Amino acid sequence: MAETTMTHTSQMEPRPAGWRGIAADWASDQRAFKNVSWGKAMMWIFLLSDTFIFGCFLLSYMTARMSTRVPWPNPSEVFALRIGGSEIPLILIAIMTFVLISSSGTMAMAVNFGYRHDRRKTAILMLLTAALGATFVGMQAFEWTKLITEGVRPWGNPWGAAQFGSCFFMITGFHGTHVTIGVIFLIIVARKVWRGDFDIGRPGFFTSRRGRYENVEIMGLYWHFVDLVWVFIFAFFYLW
Amino acid sequence: MAEATANGLGQHALHATHAHDAQAAATTDTHQEHPIKLYLVVWAWLFILSTCSYLVDYFGIHGYLRWSLILIFMMLKAGLIVAVFMHMAWERLAMMYAIILPPILVLVFVTMMVFEADYTLLTRIAFFGPGP
Repeated sequence: MAETTMTHTSQMEPRPAGWRGIAADWASDQRAFKNVSWGKAMMWIFLLSDTFIFGCFLLSYMTARMSTRVPWPNPSEVFALRIGGSEIPLILIAIMTFVLISSSGTMAMAVNFGYRHDRRKTAILMLLTAALGATFVGMQAFEWTKLITEGVRPWGNPWGAAQFGSCFFMITGFHGTHVTIGVIFLIIVARKVWRGDFDIGRPGFFTSRRGRYENVEIMGLYWHFVDLVWVFIFAFFYLW
Repeated sequence: MAEATANGLGQHALHATHAHDAQAAATTDTHQEHPIKLYLVVWAWLFILSTCSYLVDYFGIHGYLRWSLILIFMMLKAGLIVAVFMHMAWERLAMMYAIILPPILVLVFVTMMVFEADYTLLTRIAFFGPGP
C-alpha cells in the first residue's frame, strides 16, 4: 500500500519503439506493460493460459488422430444436415461460425460505444452479443443431441476411430462452457452499463471497487478469445 | 498502490481527449477509439474468409491444397480478430511479444507429439496389423 511510486505513463517522456522499446519496457524495476491497466494485462495473461489449455486439447486430438490404425470418421459427412431433401455438408457448423463471428462484431462495436459513454447503445449491443452467444450454445446442444442419438459416445461411434467421440465432446464441450460463462458475464456487465454504474462509480458487487468503461473492453477481450478458439476448432476439428 | 492505479487511469478516461494531444505516440493510454467503419470492414472480411474455408469443404478439395487453404484462412481470421477486435495492433511491442510469442512455442510441443504419434502408430501396426 505504501508503494505509490508507480510509474505514471502520462508523466513519462516518450518511450523508445521497436526492439529497444521491448528491452526498455522489460528492464529492471518497472511495470512491463506501460500503457495497459492491470485489469487488461491480467485478462490477457488469463487468455494466454487458456490458450495453452485449448492448445493441449487440440494437441491430444492430433496425437489420437495420427496414432490410430482405424480410419477417422469424415467430419464433412458426420456433421451434414438434410435440408430440403439433400445432404449439405457441415452446414450447421458453418452457421454456428457465422453466428459467433457476428457476436464478435457486435461486441467490438459495444466496446467502441462504451468509450463514447453511450450507455444505451453499449448495453443493447452487449445484450445482442449475449443473444448470439446463447444461439450458438443452443445450436451446439442440438448438434450434441443429434450425434448422441446417432450413437456417438466418448468410447466409440458407428463410423470409425473410437477416439472421435472423446475428442469431440471434450473440445466442443469445453468451448461451449466458455461461451456460456461469457454469456452470463455479458449480461452482468450489460446491466452495469445500463444502470450507469461506470458513470457514477458504483462499487462492484464482488470486488467493491469502482468499475470503468474499460471493463467493457476487458469483457470484449474474453469474448473475442472465445471466437478465436472457435476459429482453430473449426479449422482443425471440423475441416481437417 | 491500488488507489494510485485507479486514480491514474480514471484521469486518463476523463481527460482522454487532452491526453491524446499531449502524449507522444508511444505513450497513448489504454483508451481505444477507432471509427465504427473499421470494425464493419473487419467483420465483412471475417465473413468472407469463413465462407472461403467452408467452400474448401463444400467443393471437396483434398490433399495438401486443402490443408494449406484451411491453415491460411485460419491464420488470417485469427490475425484479424487479435489485431483489430482485441486491439493488439495498437499495443506496445512488449505486450505483443509477451502474449503472442508463448503460444507460438506450442509448435515445439506439436513437433514432439508428431514423432510420438508416429511411433505409437508404428508399434500398433507392428503388434495388431495394419488396421481393419
